Amino acid sequence: MSTVTTPDTAPAPAPTQTSSQRSSTSRFTEAAANYIDERTSISGVVKEFGRKIFPDHWSFMLGEVALYSFVVILLTGTFLTFFFQASMAEVVYNGSYVPLKGVEMSTAMSSTLNISFDVRGGLLIRQIHHWAALTFIAAIGIHMLRIYFTGAFRKPRELNWVIGFILFILALAEGFTGYSLPDDLLSGNGLRIIDGLIKGLPVVGTWISFLLFGGEFPGTDIVGRLYSLHILLLPAILAVMLALHLVFVVVHKHTQWSGPGQTKDNVVGSPILPMFAAKAGGFFFIVFGVIALMGTFFTINPIWNYGPYDPSPVSAGTQPDWYIGFADGALRLMPPGLEFELWNRTWSFNILIPVLLLTGLIVAVLVYPFIEAWVTGDKREHHLLDRPRNAPTRTAIGVAGVLFYAALWGAASSDIIATHFQLSIEGVIHVNQALLILGPIIGYLVTKRVCLALQKKDREIALHGFESGRIVRLPGGEYIEVHQPVDEYERWKLVDYNDYQPLMIRPNAQGKITAVQRFRAGMSRWFFEDRIAPVSPKEIERGGHH
Amino acid sequence: MAHDDMSGKDITAVSSAGVSHETAAPGTAVIPSETFENPGFPAHRPRVTDTDPKAEKKAERQVYTFFYLSIVGSIFAIASYMAFPIEDGDTGALRLHTMMLGIGIVLALFGLGFGAVHWSKSLMANHEGIDQRHPVRGSEETRARAVEIFKQANEESGFGRRTLVRNTLLGALVAFPLPAVVLFRGWGPQNENPVEMLEHTMWKKGARLTLDPSGLPIKASDVTLGSAFHVIPEGLNESEHRLEEKAKASVLLMRLDPSKLKESAERTGWSYDGIVAYSKICTHVGCPVALYEQQTHHLLCPCHQSTFDVTEECKVIFGPAKRALPQLPIAVDGEGYLIAQSDFHEPVGPSFWERSSS
Repeated sequence: MSTVTTPDTAPAPAPTQTSSQRSSTSRFTEAAANYIDERTSISGVVKEFGRKIFPDHWSFMLGEVALYSFVVILLTGTFLTFFFQASMAEVVYNGSYVPLKGVEMSTAMSSTLNISFDVRGGLLIRQIHHWAALTFIAAIGIHMLRIYFTGAFRKPRELNWVIGFILFILALAEGFTGYSLPDDLLSGNGLRIIDGLIKGLPVVGTWISFLLFGGEFPGTDIVGRLYSLHILLLPAILAVMLALHLVFVVVHKHTQWSGPGQTKDNVVGSPILPMFAAKAGGFFFIVFGVIALMGTFFTINPIWNYGPYDPSPVSAGTQPDWYIGFADGALRLMPPGLEFELWNRTWSFNILIPVLLLTGLIVAVLVYPFIEAWVTGDKREHHLLDRPRNAPTRTAIGVAGVLFYAALWGAASSDIIATHFQLSIEGVIHVNQALLILGPIIGYLVTKRVCLALQKKDREIALHGFESGRIVRLPGGEYIEVHQPVDEYERWKLVDYNDYQPLMIRPNAQGKITAVQRFRAGMSRWFFEDRIAPVSPKEIERGGHH
Repeated sequence: MAHDDMSGKDITAVSSAGVSHETAAPGTAVIPSETFENPGFPAHRPRVTDTDPKAEKKAERQVYTFFYLSIVGSIFAIASYMAFPIEDGDTGALRLHTMMLGIGIVLALFGLGFGAVHWSKSLMANHEGIDQRHPVRGSEETRARAVEIFKQANEESGFGRRTLVRNTLLGALVAFPLPAVVLFRGWGPQNENPVEMLEHTMWKKGARLTLDPSGLPIKASDVTLGSAFHVIPEGLNESEHRLEEKAKASVLLMRLDPSKLKESAERTGWSYDGIVAYSKICTHVGCPVALYEQQTHHLLCPCHQSTFDVTEECKVIFGPAKRALPQLPIAVDGEGYLIAQSDFHEPVGPSFWERSSS
């Protein structure tokens, strides 16, 4: 620094010549940018990320929908906290909603009614908040399916899959805690079910319930406790995880589809400034707008129709919010009689089995990337997405999982289905039980065959081109249909994909075949025994001649 | 960074230039000996707004019209907030208020959103940008330096050498959060045992059966054949723990043709002239079993569809519940009111670990 001879004031006169032609706004922008950069060195950030490339595909916006609905949730939720009182102290309602005047209820319920009926815009914000929460969870779910079916969880993104999975669980927890806050009849019944579920757990259940509810159900503590979780603890963890999730997207760079010019070593798309910023920023407002539209026109969770919580009444056709449905459905599908008294203790397998089943399901989702990586033994980085058909076993497993979830989910509405279609409740439950087992099996088999058939079709098109519909009679009297060959751009999409073959069992250095290796070979056979290899240039050469 | 017409040659040149760092094991992947060459980008197709100045002008007009509309929406929302009051307590007024405010906000949001997206799609330069990927793992040099730093830290601190220091540190770190775990005992009241609380309800010998929610006592003669009453013990509404007691003591009272009731020997005398009282709290997870089918004498839980047969001491005939609903022994007092003979003979409600029938 000491070697610099020119005084710091020197640069000032130089630009004045040019800036005399510039407008005052540009001079202000320059000064402001300079001021900030000299204090934050933000120019480095702009240089690094300003033209970062994001690839474009409709399926990449599902995660964006989740992100933007979370922002909407934060904005509307903050507004609601200014009015909501998380207390279960009994008050006599004396607000604007006439049918409930004079009814005893908790302060939580009464303040929620005040938000709905006495705060201008309160009902709108409450409904936007609820719709945004439903959109959030739905978007996360579909985003996860996109990641799964395109193989975007493969190395180096396994840990981001885990983070995303935690985000999904946190979103469910946020949904359930929020749903329980108004302390209305429906949410109180939801809590009652949670209480029963916890009590049914062996050894620890009774005490966990006792501590959670601060004594006997329902107690006067639960709403306040859920409120702390809902607005403080869970959102804090969620925000940190979300930030980490996005940091990893930047570190790994986004995946892309294989295509002309799109290789595993590049990212093709639009730069953050200006294109992606404008598109994504605009999309945020569109998502917000759609959610606000739902909040404006569609009533959701009309707690004034349900009334305050009371352990005695319940309305027929009680339904949890849709995202909890799969858990409720699991409880409904348990066959009767699965509870025993043994050694003076009650073993509620009718609770334990569904709990273990659900835990198994979500743990399977959590660990899938690691299992597949172990089976393939593939240590390469994968930045090009798989078309679902090109990973037939993975796609089939995914479909089986979706159908398993769907059967549980459908079971949560068994009573509604029964009354709506005038069926017997027993029949609906039995059909659902059958679907829970058979659905995934059939779905698996059908999907795998469909994937292989689609791969065969791709091969056929890559080799012989499209059927043109033009029939030509040859001199010898033979009729053929002329096939139109695909151009190289089309063909590239059909031939560029990953292909694995089953693992061969080989003895290790000691000349032994270990059980683990046998198992891995078995898994590998299951995954890759049925495979359609991509077309090679040689085949095309040969194919062209016949 | 944004190249346009990159030929296929360039792409393959890039991938063979060593950026790919393809040293990782491919596992069971099949690496074909010869592959197709990536054909590179197809020719860039200009949009109509790139070639036709009129279309460009039109798109520009559309974009700023969207933004104008957004401003109009915001103003409309503010005006609606003031113009449509809700304070008179009329639900129609509330509906109108919510709708007008919402329409303004939605217009403001959509104007911004569609304006920005339209701008980016029709007017902003749209040639493909390209970023090169680099392996996620750090360079060999960086990794070596990281290892070196850890080694140096280990030497300077003696973490690996002074094993007792290290192990006691780890022990202390494991132990220090434990008091926080103990603190959570305070979530439930001290000196109370949940098991004892779950084993008893408010019902006791001589307690009158009263209507839920009014608390008026019920005469046996009021309970006509085929009727069902939701019942709470007398004094419940005045109880300090009203909801907690109600969550255990809620009862369903039904009168059936006495000949239809199949009563076991030990329960003779628990009913009165065909009037039976059963706990309303489901033995599955505790929902109120509130749906009574008068014709079939079945009780249905609306939460998970457990079904109980009142004629057979409320045993489970369908659904996930296992245990029958506990029966409340009842009698009639001198004035003809229904009273309880005692508390339930077993814990009511959902199963819990410490529960035992003996």
